[in-house]
Amino acid sequence: MSYEVLGLSALWFFLFAYLIIASIDFGAGFFAYYAKQTKKDHILNRLISRYLSPVWEITNVFFIFFYYGLAGFFPDAGYYYGSAMLIPGSIILVLIGIRGSFYAFENYGSRSSLLYTFLYGASGLLIPAAISTGLTISEGGFLREEGGSIHLRYTELLTNPFSWAVVFLAIVSVLYISANFLTYYANKAGDEPARKILRSYALFWSAPQIIASLTAFIAISRQNPEHYNNMLDLWWMFGLSVLFFLGAVYFIYKERNYGLSFICVMLQFFFALLGYGIGHMPYILYDQIQVTADATLPAMGTALLLAFGGGLLMLIPSLIFVMRMFLFDAEYVKGKK
Amino acid sequence: MFAYDSVILARMLTSMTLVFHIIFATIGVGVPLLISAAEYVGIRKRDPSYILLARRWTRGFVIIVAVGVVTGTAIGLQLFLLWPTFMQIAGHVISLPLFMETFAFFFEAIFLGAYIYTWDRFKGRYTHWYLSLPVIIGGGMSAVFITSVNAFMNTPQGFTLEGRTITSVEPLTAILNPATPSKVFHVLTSSYMTCGAILAALTAFFILKYGNNKYYKKALKLTMIVTLVFSIFTAIAGDTSAKFLATYQPEKLAAAEWHFETEKGADLILFGRLTEDNEIKGAIHLPKILSFLSFGDFNSEVIGLDRVDADLIPPLWIHYMFDLMVTLGAYSIMISMLFLVFMFWKKRDQYNKWLLRAIVVNAPFAMLALEFGWIYAEVGRQPWIMRGYLRVAEGAVSSPYVHYAFAMFLVLYVLLGTFVTLILVRLYKKNPIQKEWEQRFPDTLFGGDQR
Repeated sequence: MSYEVLGLSALWFFLFAYLIIASIDFGAGFFAYYAKQTKKDHILNRLISRYLSPVWEITNVFFIFFYYGLAGFFPDAGYYYGSAMLIPGSIILVLIGIRGSFYAFENYGSRSSLLYTFLYGASGLLIPAAISTGLTISEGGFLREEGGSIHLRYTELLTNPFSWAVVFLAIVSVLYISANFLTYYANKAGDEPARKILRSYALFWSAPQIIASLTAFIAISRQNPEHYNNMLDLWWMFGLSVLFFLGAVYFIYKERNYGLSFICVMLQFFFALLGYGIGHMPYILYDQIQVTADATLPAMGTALLLAFGGGLLMLIPSLIFVMRMFLFDAEYVKGKK
Repeated sequence: MFAYDSVILARMLTSMTLVFHIIFATIGVGVPLLISAAEYVGIRKRDPSYILLARRWTRGFVIIVAVGVVTGTAIGLQLFLLWPTFMQIAGHVISLPLFMETFAFFFEAIFLGAYIYTWDRFKGRYTHWYLSLPVIIGGGMSAVFITSVNAFMNTPQGFTLEGRTITSVEPLTAILNPATPSKVFHVLTSSYMTCGAILAALTAFFILKYGNNKYYKKALKLTMIVTLVFSIFTAIAGDTSAKFLATYQPEKLAAAEWHFETEKGADLILFGRLTEDNEIKGAIHLPKILSFLSFGDFNSEVIGLDRVDADLIPPLWIHYMFDLMVTLGAYSIMISMLFLVFMFWKKRDQYNKWLLRAIVVNAPFAMLALEFGWIYAEVGRQPWIMRGYLRVAEGAVSSPYVHYAFAMFLVLYVLLGTFVTLILVRLYKKNPIQKEWEQRFPDTLFGGDQR
């Protein structure tokens, strides 16, 4: 496999990891706020904060990895996106700034405040909406070249039904993924009341989730028929994705195998994102940036892959160590430590 | 009235983000060293007051790191949003250190998470302390990698550029460019020095406010030693940087020193001001010292601005930045040395009010010295964004909306700055040390004396 394809696979992996980890995180923030607003926080929020506390910084890092990696392997993509995303990108950063800081203020400061919870809950839903514009733009038709630089066509972006379908999908998916994970986590913690509430959230968001997925899928056909046809050729991947969706809903509904249910959720998104990504080939940004033609030089590509491999060798043991200490330490999960 | 200038706005926004981020990044890199030192001394001497000190520092530190994470994310992405052409070219080369910086930070974040939640969880006396080491290393390494990127902008190497296309690249040569060693050395030492100064200032402030006791004395001694050691190292690093500049980036040194004519045995010019026809007024001239500081030889030749193309001369006001940085750095050495001299020389009281006040102001001074130093380093590179290859104006975004981005970030930083201050003050007010001491050690008076 050539280094640019390996690099792209690594980027795809970061995107997938970010999609799952950040969704759990963003959704948890929103549920924490919602629970406070509806006076259910005494049931939910201890569980949520026990999960969130050790991981919130890790989420952010995946995002940085993704855009450094993208611009490292495909500097021209960095140029196009950088030029075009000035305003959406700044909005994302301001939201991340608000969310990260107010999360810390709420948790490490000395008192909890509904305002802080609101700020990180609400920004958590707006961040994926804003980030998803990056995926929207990649379908092509939203950029124009003028006077030697790249500009975003804001009106086109804001009036296009496709871009709103993607925003809708992003928000709903966040809530769906998060509710599913937290149900599993509550079950593991033996926290019956929290599990009940979270299970109802998971069921509630599953129908909108699949509707939003199908809507976005169909909306691509108008925005980018070529990509759509490629995806139709990969129909079995999307079929698998739907099957895993049904599996996840089934287990949650039957109130058993929550772990398996969450694995189904991850596989649902794994296959959907894989089909989407492979169908997107050979373009990273329709029809400007291509994987092979616009990759960085071999020396840099190899160096990045080596750094990536070395980094993982160092990080995976550390991550396992932290996870064993917190997320999957039964005593910690149950709140005994 | 004014022509819309996206380059100026892009520079303003980048400067604002950096000025704000530097505060949090410096603390993120430096404070773990002090926390770790305090915990180590505490375990070593079996003295719980040092461990309490480490715990209390950690609480505030975590909040500051959180803000540092988000401002760091901001500057990371702003590189692409505001400087797309620069990143398109340089991205072929500097994406490797940027990528590695993220790994290093990731490493720090993971172990910081583990460190803050496991104070009483281990049986081994030193086990928890070991967790602080990857935090220090991760923070230090992320400083190393990100500084190498800045160094690359000053002395780019390790690639071939044809037009706007990079045609070959050697990633390691680029990271190990001539500016990297002195810059890394300077950044690390000044971070540790500044963090020592900040924590010493907090302690001195509390002594002035609440009166002294053993707990504060221990804290002040530890922080003042760290401040002195790293103030001296920072000065050595500054000297290394000057020698680097004299050889590799003479126009930056010449502009900062108002060294107009290339000459042997060049004078060092301190303070003063510049008239409109570039005449120096009211400055102190130290004969031959610039030559000595540049090459270790009083009669060596130092390149002046006469050898630099007129349109490549950096703004001359960086001289003020340089002077302020050096003066404030010298102040830090002086104050911390005075404190330690008084400590060993029993006739003088190292806790006298004036010295404590001087220690309190050393914290803002040290942070300002750091900011001035960065302004000097960045403005001194003008007009280049990548020296010799790409000018700042060519690297910037061309968009009519940069002012909206500027306004958004201004509001964000004002908001974060205000809240982080309020929350830190409230955090410590709500749980004052006297109260925490009594809860943890009911048998002893605050400070360590038996009840």
